[in-house]
Amino acid sequence: MHRQSLSIALTGSGGSGVMTTGSLLLEAAARAGWYGFMSRSSGPQIRGGEAAAVVRLANAPVESPGDSFDLVLAIDPASMSRFLAEIPLRHDSLVITDPDAGRRGGELPDVPAQVLHLPMTKLAKAIPGGRPNMIALGAIARMIGMPEASIYPVLEKILKSKGPDIIETSWSCVQSGFAAGTGLPVFEKPQLEEGLGEHWSVTGNEAAGLGAIRGGIRFVAAYPITPATELLEWLASSLPKVGGVLVQAEDELASINQVIGASFGGTPALTATSGPGLALMTESIGLAVCSEVPAVILDVMRCGPSTGIATKSEQSDLNIALNGLHGDAPHLVVAPTSVTDCLFTTQWAVHLAEAMQTAVIVLSDQSLGQTRAIVKRPADISFIAKRLVPEQFDDTYYRYAVGDSGVSPMSIPGQAGGQYTADGLEHNQAGVPSSLPEDHYVQLEKRERKITGFDYGKHWADIEGSGDTAVITWGSATGPVREALSRLREQGRDVRLVSLRLLAPERPDEMAVALEGVTRLLVVEQSHSRQFYRYLRAGYDMNTEIKVFNRPGPLPFRPAEIIQHLNDWDEEASI
Amino acid sequence: MKADTLEVQLQPKEYKSAVKPVWCPGCGDFGVLGSITKALAGLRVQPENAAIVSGIGCSSRMPTYLGTYGFHGVHGRALALATGLKTARPDLTVIATGGDGDGFSIGGNHFLHTCRRNPDMTYVVMDNQVYGMTKGQASPTTEPNWQKGKLTPAGTGINPFQPLAIALASGANFIARCSSSDSNGTARILMQAINHPGFSMVQVLSPCVTFRPEQREWKNMLIPAPEEMQATPDPAEAARLLLTDEGVYTGILYKGDRPVYQPKLESVIENIAELEEEFRI
Repeated sequence: MHRQSLSIALTGSGGSGVMTTGSLLLEAAARAGWYGFMSRSSGPQIRGGEAAAVVRLANAPVESPGDSFDLVLAIDPASMSRFLAEIPLRHDSLVITDPDAGRRGGELPDVPAQVLHLPMTKLAKAIPGGRPNMIALGAIARMIGMPEASIYPVLEKILKSKGPDIIETSWSCVQSGFAAGTGLPVFEKPQLEEGLGEHWSVTGNEAAGLGAIRGGIRFVAAYPITPATELLEWLASSLPKVGGVLVQAEDELASINQVIGASFGGTPALTATSGPGLALMTESIGLAVCSEVPAVILDVMRCGPSTGIATKSEQSDLNIALNGLHGDAPHLVVAPTSVTDCLFTTQWAVHLAEAMQTAVIVLSDQSLGQTRAIVKRPADISFIAKRLVPEQFDDTYYRYAVGDSGVSPMSIPGQAGGQYTADGLEHNQAGVPSSLPEDHYVQLEKRERKITGFDYGKHWADIEGSGDTAVITWGSATGPVREALSRLREQGRDVRLVSLRLLAPERPDEMAVALEGVTRLLVVEQSHSRQFYRYLRAGYDMNTEIKVFNRPGPLPFRPAEIIQHLNDWDEEASI
Repeated sequence: MKADTLEVQLQPKEYKSAVKPVWCPGCGDFGVLGSITKALAGLRVQPENAAIVSGIGCSSRMPTYLGTYGFHGVHGRALALATGLKTARPDLTVIATGGDGDGFSIGGNHFLHTCRRNPDMTYVVMDNQVYGMTKGQASPTTEPNWQKGKLTPAGTGINPFQPLAIALASGANFIARCSSSDSNGTARILMQAINHPGFSMVQVLSPCVTFRPEQREWKNMLIPAPEEMQATPDPAEAARLLLTDEGVYTGILYKGDRPVYQPKLESVIENIAELEEEFRI
């Protein structure tokens, strides 16, 4: 079915409620059977400051922002100026604003689009307690052909905690906005598929949390950090329901060590953080590797370095996740390829950590974590935490016995006869500290072999198509690449997609098969220093022509840009 | 499996592992190792039900020398690791061990917050006022005019950390000071520390005979706190003692009754699928 979509942005300043409006719009659309998502863009302010809710509605699942926006509601005109780069417009895009709103002197910046005025402030003032963002919601509903009555149950659900008065006032505003929208242009409504089955409204952070619990995580240690906080908050309220616990730790050093302690005790454990927290944790992640204690570390990436841009997305923690541990510390790095895949990949990560008794870093990012998407219910998967635990002990139980797979049976406190000391010091097979070169070598080999020899099946990458041009990418960049290639496929051109879910250890044999016959490879990644490209060059034989389309966050890739890069390459080649 | 031995009282030496300590001859930590084994034997804790957790330093080598479960982690994080273990496995007897550098310098933040959180475990700090493993630098508890530390040849010039006063202020539920030279006395206090609900902080003055040979004199300087001051439940009284005794009183110096940190670990839903409800459109 042909993809049809509408991209709508709501911008506003301090407390104008654009995020609430966006959420209501998305929920109403979801109930009407649409797919879509809402992502957030905001500044560092706790309250106030400019914010934008970015909504894309479609008749088929969508994973990335569109090329440009059809409709922008600038609740107050000046707020738009902060988002000119993040909200690309066309000459036929429509920007609706209200000159009476916002701070004195605030004006709409020059936009390459059609501008209309809607007196949202005046209409809101006519209703006691009324707010312009709800007027905007009514107007949008009118313009996109959403029945007025479909909004009410959504208000009841999302504004439930605010009480019945707020719901009724909001409803009056929505009706007023709907009426005022009568004179505004009408957008063509995406034609819906029939019989869609069960739909979910879920964020990447929530999906990751559910994946963690489904995988068997029952202990989480947490230190708040944007943009991972919502994931931790979701787990804080969900874990106790399943007999688990979340501990708010004093810092990230404590988080990772609590996780290692709980896991040593036999409870699958996870922490979630962002770049600055991951940097603090790296020493102890090495401890998990050396002492062979399973641990899952979920990094919801944001722009770095240092504090960077805490509220916006970037794929620039790849280097530290791959190479940030001191010494030779083989561990796993995996990355979800979409909002929905945050569930699969996190659940898989728990399974891998437990199966191989090592540390697994999951690289999500702000644009996956904080985006709420309307998706088909993700399929149930069978990956769960299953640790190799000895059932009986003889006098020669060696915790770090070197077997073929490199994974040794791990006794759990309480098991008589299995006592050992887990150690970050190099040790012999019995777990006794050792500085002998042969013990060091044997244990290094063992720890590497258990992860390089593991069977990851087909999950190491998402591979689609079979053309001799391929795009290779990872993480949140996969969404726009996938949409670009799907458009090209509709035009009759087959470009291959390779999106790596398993970044460490490298899978050179599988990669060789995936890239068989490829003569041109476009690398797409959201980092300024081309971290992913360098990783590919270091770890794989790339016997093909390569170009890189990279840029730092926070601007997301747009499908048309990727198509443009592929087309430009064709033109260069044909000259 | 040794399930049939559950009711058998083991001898202290049966709590030791076969690994020979790296400590210098005469190190106070030998005495503390003995005290821990005596306390575990005295309490009839089965070796498989105890876990000794440590960071880095001479005294942090302790877990390896015991026949219990153990974790020798990274520098300064023993309390965090032990907190995770105890929270997830409240059935275990968890003891964190370490030195003054590990616990009060690099691990200082965890010390404050573990006192505050009050998990039911015991922290044994072998305080020798020096970094021994790195060969003799001043530690947080070193006196300001000690000039033999090569990193601070003119002395640190800064006030020593007061671990027990800070433990009290931060919320530790049981506070004691012991001397490593009194192995049996330390064992008796450790038994009470382990039995007392909540976070028990036990400072054991444990001489470093290599870098602080003058500490051999500690056994003559340390004296039991007056009977009426022992085990006070009154934090104000305990604070007065701790701030005025110049660090020489031994014994249980505070015994509180703050609530213990232990989240319930019981499932309240029948099926994980119930968590999905909130996502359904």
